[in-house]
Amino acid sequence: MKKAVISVIGKDSIGIIAAVSGGCADFGVNIVEITQSVLDEYFAMIMLVDISKINRPFSEFVDAMAEMGKNSGLEIRAMHEDIFNAMHRI
Amino acid sequence: MLNTRDILETINMIREENLDVRTVTAGISLFDCVADDNKRLCDKIYDKITKTAENLVPVASSIEKEIGIPIVNKRISVTPISLVCGNATPDDCVAIARALDRAAATVGVNFIGGYGALVQKGMTKGSEALIDSIPDALSETNIVCSSVNVASTKAGINMDAVAKMGRIIKETAAKTADRDAIGCAKLVVFANVPEDNPFMAGAFHGIGESDCAINVGVSGPGVVAKAIERAGNVSFGELSDVIKKTAFKITRVGQLVAYEASRRLGIPYGIVDLSLAPTPAIGDSVAHILEAMGLEVCGTHGTTAALAMLNDAVKKGGVMASSHVGGLSGAFIPVSEDAGMIHAAEIGELSIEKLEAMTAVCSVGLDMIAIPGDTSADTISALIADEIAIGVVNNKTTAVRVIPAPGKKVGDSVEFGGLLGYAPIMPLRTPSSAAFIARGGRIPAPIHSLKN
Repeated sequence: MKKAVISVIGKDSIGIIAAVSGGCADFGVNIVEITQSVLDEYFAMIMLVDISKINRPFSEFVDAMAEMGKNSGLEIRAMHEDIFNAMHRI
Repeated sequence: MLNTRDILETINMIREENLDVRTVTAGISLFDCVADDNKRLCDKIYDKITKTAENLVPVASSIEKEIGIPIVNKRISVTPISLVCGNATPDDCVAIARALDRAAATVGVNFIGGYGALVQKGMTKGSEALIDSIPDALSETNIVCSSVNVASTKAGINMDAVAKMGRIIKETAAKTADRDAIGCAKLVVFANVPEDNPFMAGAFHGIGESDCAINVGVSGPGVVAKAIERAGNVSFGELSDVIKKTAFKITRVGQLVAYEASRRLGIPYGIVDLSLAPTPAIGDSVAHILEAMGLEVCGTHGTTAALAMLNDAVKKGGVMASSHVGGLSGAFIPVSEDAGMIHAAEIGELSIEKLEAMTAVCSVGLDMIAIPGDTSADTISALIADEIAIGVVNNKTTAVRVIPAPGKKVGDSVEFGGLLGYAPIMPLRTPSSAAFIARGGRIPAPIHSLKN
């Protein structure tokens, strides 16, 4: 299973889970796990998603998520899980 | 399974602490471009570079996007031009520089390095022509970088080359006087130059390298500084552990990028360079790491010890994170490219003598230092000789990249913008070194170079 991490960072979260979920469904990306946390004073939502059945290049998904964030005043990043595995697992 | 804390730590390093990969550099051999006609040589060089590195920028950009880490520069390094230019004249060499500049612009990289020569023991006709052409080449091109290796622990110091480079630096400054002598920011004089370094201005593709290779330079001074701040008042042993762990994580990102770039481009993976490379941005400074360790200002007493510990811990942490480590691999202290160094130099707490001492314990040397425009070529040569001697005797790389900005004096500053930053003019000693430099010949290799 190829996975990616979506992080949503900002002050307001109303409707954001629905919006991000909708975006994922559109790309054929399946949500595996959602957690919430606080980064400095900001709200942070972390979604682990399965991208093995993604229907377009992953880079387009990254752009779509970033764009969605920009429109709602949030920072939304989609990053391949490789970077987290590289940094935090030996 | 990934946990939220780890994910947030990575995101925070990128968002807040300027974590990035400084450069993905494609090293390209030009030996198969050798031709008996200079026009043909230029054409073959242009074709080889544009073909081999055709996909470098798009591939690096897609890696950047997919794993979410900024890759600040994409670069190319080539075989030192003095080794492929044959019996070229200085004008022929300038034509080659233009071909390099065009090729680099076509593939969209930020810099191309390798317009240089290896003259630690002596100069061939080609090397001499190339060195003579440097002022014109750097003033007539935009992104070509030049380096000249004038010494090694094995060969000693070629003082004729040192003397010549003082004059070449002055000429380069004069030819780019209208742009704060930016030509000098693209010219570096080395001892013990590494042949797989991805960082500019000193990158070139060494003679023992394969046809092409991907070399990656990591960065991340901001991440290390924040980790030290968070650790609080701990002993040096614990501090070293904090730096090692952070360096490990930073380097793992570099290794991932190197592996991916190599796989997608079909170019062999060369090395990851473990250097901590600052930028002029706030929060991306090596000086601020030293200050986070407990020094009021970088340059005060204790600075060399702090830097020695930092440099060692970065290597120890980084070396396990990468399958092949190489290049310069050490903390950089370029004055104009580091907000903390700029500040320390401006308030007069960071002297050129202290910088020289610091280079004995880190990479690379007297780097991006603006000096008065009326500094004589002899004084620049003597400055080079001092710095190069540190490298030769201590079996390490050292280098000099100084900018004698025409018309500028102490109290003024030079401004290059971008990664090259800006720098206050630093004072130098004024008594003459001319008779010393005029002796010529070679300073013999130190006794401990005889290891066999």
